[in-house]
Amino acid sequence: MTTQVDTLEPLPLPEGPPERRLPPRQWVRENLFGSAFDSVLTVVFGLFLAWAAYRVGKFVFVDADWEIIERNLTTLMVGGFPRDELWRVWAALFVLAASLGFGAGAIGVQRRREVEEGRAEPAPKGLAARRLAPVVILVSVLLWFSGSLENLVLVLAIAGVGVIFNVVGRRTPRRLERYVPLLVLAGILIAFLVIVAFGGIKWNAWGGFMLTIFLAVGGILMSFPIGVLLALGRRSSLPAVRIVCTAYIELIRGVPLVAIIFMAVFMLGFVFPEGVERPDNVVRVLVAFVVFTSAYVAEIVRGGLQSVPAAQVEAAQALGLSPYRTTRRIVLPQALRSVIPGLVGQFISLYKDTSLVFIVGMAELLTVAENITKQPDFIAQGLIVETLLFASFIYWTGSYWMSRESQRLERRLGLGER
Amino acid sequence: MLRIALQAVFVVAVGGLLLYLVDNVVSNMERLGIPTGFDYLKQPAGFAIPDSDFSSAQSLGDALIVGVQNTLKVSLLGIVLATILGAAVGVARLSTNWLVRRAAALYVETFRNIPVLVIILFWYLGVVLRLPPISEAFEISGLTVVSNRGLVIPWFDQVGGGLAFAFFVLFGLGAAGTVWYWRTRRFDRTGQPHHRLLWAGGLLVVIVTIGFFATGSPWAVETPELGERSTTGGFRLSPEYAALLIGLTIYTASHIAEIVRGAILAVPRGQTEAANAVGLSGFQRLRLVVLPQAFRIAVPPVANQYLNLMKNSSLGIAISYYELTKITRVSIAQQAPAVQAVLLLMAIYLAISLAIALVTNLVNRRLSLKGQR
Repeated sequence: MTTQVDTLEPLPLPEGPPERRLPPRQWVRENLFGSAFDSVLTVVFGLFLAWAAYRVGKFVFVDADWEIIERNLTTLMVGGFPRDELWRVWAALFVLAASLGFGAGAIGVQRRREVEEGRAEPAPKGLAARRLAPVVILVSVLLWFSGSLENLVLVLAIAGVGVIFNVVGRRTPRRLERYVPLLVLAGILIAFLVIVAFGGIKWNAWGGFMLTIFLAVGGILMSFPIGVLLALGRRSSLPAVRIVCTAYIELIRGVPLVAIIFMAVFMLGFVFPEGVERPDNVVRVLVAFVVFTSAYVAEIVRGGLQSVPAAQVEAAQALGLSPYRTTRRIVLPQALRSVIPGLVGQFISLYKDTSLVFIVGMAELLTVAENITKQPDFIAQGLIVETLLFASFIYWTGSYWMSRESQRLERRLGLGER
Repeated sequence: MLRIALQAVFVVAVGGLLLYLVDNVVSNMERLGIPTGFDYLKQPAGFAIPDSDFSSAQSLGDALIVGVQNTLKVSLLGIVLATILGAAVGVARLSTNWLVRRAAALYVETFRNIPVLVIILFWYLGVVLRLPPISEAFEISGLTVVSNRGLVIPWFDQVGGGLAFAFFVLFGLGAAGTVWYWRTRRFDRTGQPHHRLLWAGGLLVVIVTIGFFATGSPWAVETPELGERSTTGGFRLSPEYAALLIGLTIYTASHIAEIVRGAILAVPRGQTEAANAVGLSGFQRLRLVVLPQAFRIAVPPVANQYLNLMKNSSLGIAISYYELTKITRVSIAQQAPAVQAVLLLMAIYLAISLAIALVTNLVNRRLSLKGQR
């Protein structure tokens, strides 16, 4: 019987099939000219791609007039934010870098421990560089357009703070690890307070890319608790609760976001009793995003709740846990772990959907990109392609980066393999 | 007992909050002298809708109906085009040809990560409106006229009596259906190849062609004529419609492509290997073994994308395409009460969503394996 102890040793991870490395000539023959039809495809697609690359490259590097971006970069980033209060934005970025660096460091420690205990494979070399590449490219392009040494120094300082706190995060004592998410959240909150508190920046001063980020982050953070409650309500054993939650979720999911933004902008003013101050448009739109996103978050969380095996609940009941403690201690931790990639996906959608406030004329990134083409210096020169390309680039790098991270996370959590 | 009490408290709380809000809305509206009913729908609209027969003397309710038509016009065609493009790109992502595979991946990764509104605005402001004005419009081989007033394509024009021809078409359809049924039955009995598409389609074409000439060519293709300041004949796609359609199609296709790819990959490898083992050709393997199973996996998520496309058509407002949302917005500007107008807007979208969900659920139920749920 003693031999059984041996099987507790971690088994070696199974190896995939050996990688095939072909000599270039053979690779080309197999992958590009496998058959007559393949050859035709290769030639047609090759010509088309070459032509498209030439046109895009020529436009971006030769024909385009980027002066409009260079001169309006601050407006694109922060909209009409008071220029003598810009230090608040920089300070907020420092706080954000510190808290995110800290969080990444703390996760890194957990990951290294998993590798040491043989529960995960070590990360391939150069992964960190590849993961950070989109952010680095985005920041470099922005710095290039700004062309100011001061900004470069500030960005380097922010990166330095991020690295320092990353090192701090790696030294988190194990018993404090459970508070890391709270600390990161607190950091985000402080960054927000740095911008609005002490001397007060008004809601309508938010704009540009900053407003985009604010709406996306604020929207997802506020939708999350509501979404979890809705999901639990939809699976409740009380019919009244279930019906109300289901009705809310399905109603919101059947309606376009634009209609909900309309509701917030045109109708929200009417629901307050007489004499109460009407909220600013930024608040109204944020409410719309929360109303909309919480329904989708609820469906994602519901999927996670369904993935928790029924035996877990039965076991908890057998141990005599109350329904509340069963949900809080047994079901939710397992369910929420498996919905993280879905939530990141929802955050990406929300990040892209913030562009819809264009329709009610609020000054977020896309609106600014469209408005600056109407400045006296730039009007009627057809510069909309340049500004839209710039906005697309910002949206694209953010969204692409996050979707890559979410895929990595999915693999790491081993979802779909259980 | 406790359960009932809890539910009662919950219902009273939710109902009370709703009543309080509705009461606030109604009293606020009465205080401001805004009508609270839906009578406003009978008021004259006071605005015209481009590219329709709608005149500003007609009612706001009629305007909404035109809006529903325009929403459906762009959504349904968009769904068809996005499905075709998405399926093609999704299959291309799994091509054995490296270049094709990479090109498809580039397409998907580019358009999935840009907001659909940016894509629509780009096509409208950056491409369609920058086409030459009508006085310098260019023609493509005399068939299509392209200018910043839109795209005019050849269309069918009825020139003769249609009833006899319609009879021929109906007869052809009936005959084709019968032949289809017969070939299927024969296949089920004997196992010999049915070629039912070839048989039924061929018969339909033959009958319709005979009927077309027998009734003296009742339909003709009419090509657009480019005049001084306008085009006559043909079918005109307005710039707004074209931009919205292209934007929605490109964006949704990138999502459908990923679903198609995932669905094909989800078909177990053993199925492909078994198909090879019984000696099916590459095309037969795809047509008879892989695709039917992939289709079953793909239907629910693709149906979701159809709903998204329909809802995203509300972005037509950003480029003044007169669909539901735009017409609601204009109505509000024309003194229609905002609360009712927005509620009505949401109700109509909900109804369209439910209709699409109903159709796709039927398809899904038919396709899903018997015995599973």
